[in-house]
Amino acid sequence: MVLSLFKKAEIQPPADVEAASLRSDRFRLERESDWQRLESIVTALEKNRPRSISDDDLLELPVLYRKTASSLAVARETSLDAATLDYLESLVRRAWFQVYGPRIGLFGWLRRFLGGGWSASVRAIWLDICVALAVMVAGTIVGWLLVEQDERWFYSLVSGGMAGGRVPGADPETLRETLGTAESSDGLGIFAAYLFSNNTGVCILAFALGFAFGVPTLLLLVHNLALLGAMYWVFADTGMGLDFAAWLSVHGTTELGAILLAGAAGLHVGRTMAFPGDRSILAAMKGAGVRAAQVMAGCTIMLIVAGLLEGYARQLVGDTPSRLAIGAVMLVIWVLYFALMPAPQERET
Amino acid sequence: MSAPESAGPRPHTLQTRARSKRERTLVTPEGLSLPLTVGARGARAGALLLDLLFLFIGIVVVMLAFSAIGFGLLDVGSTPQGGAVIQALLIAVILLLFLSRYGYFLWFELGPRAATPGKRIAGLRVAARDGGRLTAEMVIARNLVRDIEVFLPAFFLLGGGAEGGVFGLATFVWLMIFVLFPVFNKDALRAGDIVAGTWVVEAREAKLKQAMSLAPDRQDQYRFGEAELSIYGEHELQVLERVLRQDRPESLRDVAEAITAKIGWQLGQGDEREFLEAFYAALRGYLESNMRFGKRKADKYS
Repeated sequence: MVLSLFKKAEIQPPADVEAASLRSDRFRLERESDWQRLESIVTALEKNRPRSISDDDLLELPVLYRKTASSLAVARETSLDAATLDYLESLVRRAWFQVYGPRIGLFGWLRRFLGGGWSASVRAIWLDICVALAVMVAGTIVGWLLVEQDERWFYSLVSGGMAGGRVPGADPETLRETLGTAESSDGLGIFAAYLFSNNTGVCILAFALGFAFGVPTLLLLVHNLALLGAMYWVFADTGMGLDFAAWLSVHGTTELGAILLAGAAGLHVGRTMAFPGDRSILAAMKGAGVRAAQVMAGCTIMLIVAGLLEGYARQLVGDTPSRLAIGAVMLVIWVLYFALMPAPQERET
Repeated sequence: MSAPESAGPRPHTLQTRARSKRERTLVTPEGLSLPLTVGARGARAGALLLDLLFLFIGIVVVMLAFSAIGFGLLDVGSTPQGGAVIQALLIAVILLLFLSRYGYFLWFELGPRAATPGKRIAGLRVAARDGGRLTAEMVIARNLVRDIEVFLPAFFLLGGGAEGGVFGLATFVWLMIFVLFPVFNKDALRAGDIVAGTWVVEAREAKLKQAMSLAPDRQDQYRFGEAELSIYGEHELQVLERVLRQDRPESLRDVAEAITAKIGWQLGQGDEREFLEAFYAALRGYLESNMRFGKRKADKYS
């Protein structure tokens, strides 16, 4: 009994065709073994076990699918057996989902994605990237100017816990300490994992908020970058501007790049929603959403890299020139990758 | 291809009317129209709650396992290498929480069934709205937007954010727009579905049931004339089919009595099933032969 649960369901031989008194039932009995064969193939595909399908069955799949689909078309016009029609409809629908389902798995998709799909969609939203970049730069400048004008702005921009002693008029030594390195790599892994999960959350938020015409995304970008500008002012005020920039650039070029892309992706969706162009709004949103999703998937990768750089490289490499070099190299790598990686040949998913 | 369900008015029950509102037709490349049913909002909410429950249980179990490993087996509190173990476990916990928030839905919806366990239980799946392929990008897009539809409102409410005065109220209203989005469009699309071009449809599996006319042919004992057979239509035939398949003595008797009263027959005790099988076969044969000549009769009123 228990064993029979694991056995493949045997296809029942149909009852004697002649025994059926109705023509439509004879039609059904003549074909039902084909239907059940298709059902067993579809079930194996749904369970993600294509290997358990025999070669014969696999070769027959398109034929079986078309046969069953035409059976359904005929049965609809000739049979009033509700249970059979129900079965055929559900079977054809399941088979249709499998036959026209996604052709490549997660790994195939990942290969195509890294091999150009990502960079192509980044290039496709260049206008939004420019807008998001402008907004981010503006946000930084605003933060700087606000704090320069009135130091109290700093406290409303940066929460106490986050500042961690990095406040206007702080002792330069305290500030220098926060830019320092850790003695060993102990505990840095946790830090990197935490940063990654936190930053990805912010990026996903920036994207998801784009749905409301992109306005909240812009606000989020301005707020985050104003915070950065305020922090920069604190360090620049004590003459450690360059050190801070170097400290930040180790992971910042990657992380801010990811935030830039996420914001641009959100903006892309929001902008398409506001200005769908010639297409219907739903069609336009769909195209934009799919493009933006590719960019977002890439952001996750960038943030993993950023988390590792932030957690390890920044804590272990102390001197300003090396830090600047790491940051610059990362920036060049990303820009070259996005600008030069050709789009994949065929776009078939 | 003409839609068979568009045949005449029919005394709908409340349930079938709610259902027919969700019926959509999808035309396959073979030119075959396949009926699809948009998932009910209640079923979708139930599926989501189930998924969240699974996630919660999963997280609790893994956490307990981790603490059992950490404090029970390895006794990290007292050994010098304990720090490294705790560190590894903490990283695992952070990544686990991250993956459960973003990866769970993604992983399952990218599978061949395009459904999370909750959706599978509720008999739902994700499909592309235009009838084309469901691509990985679509699944990613719809699940990224889930963050503001499910997790942010949940954290907001759990964190008591609604008590924060005007700002809290504004945030609450704003988040509710996303939460209630599916209620305000006919396809029950949530914001993520719109961005990704997907929808959630019913994906029941139907089993092939026994053919109906395999019972012994009783044309000699029961002869029905055209007058008797032309009383009923397809709807009544399907009700009769359902009654016969369920095979409950009391409903068989009720239906048999109703039919004999209508056609003016007398029926002996205990012959109900025999009579109904014969009547079903005759009625279906009659209606199907009319159907072949293009004459259809939706129900007894038409």
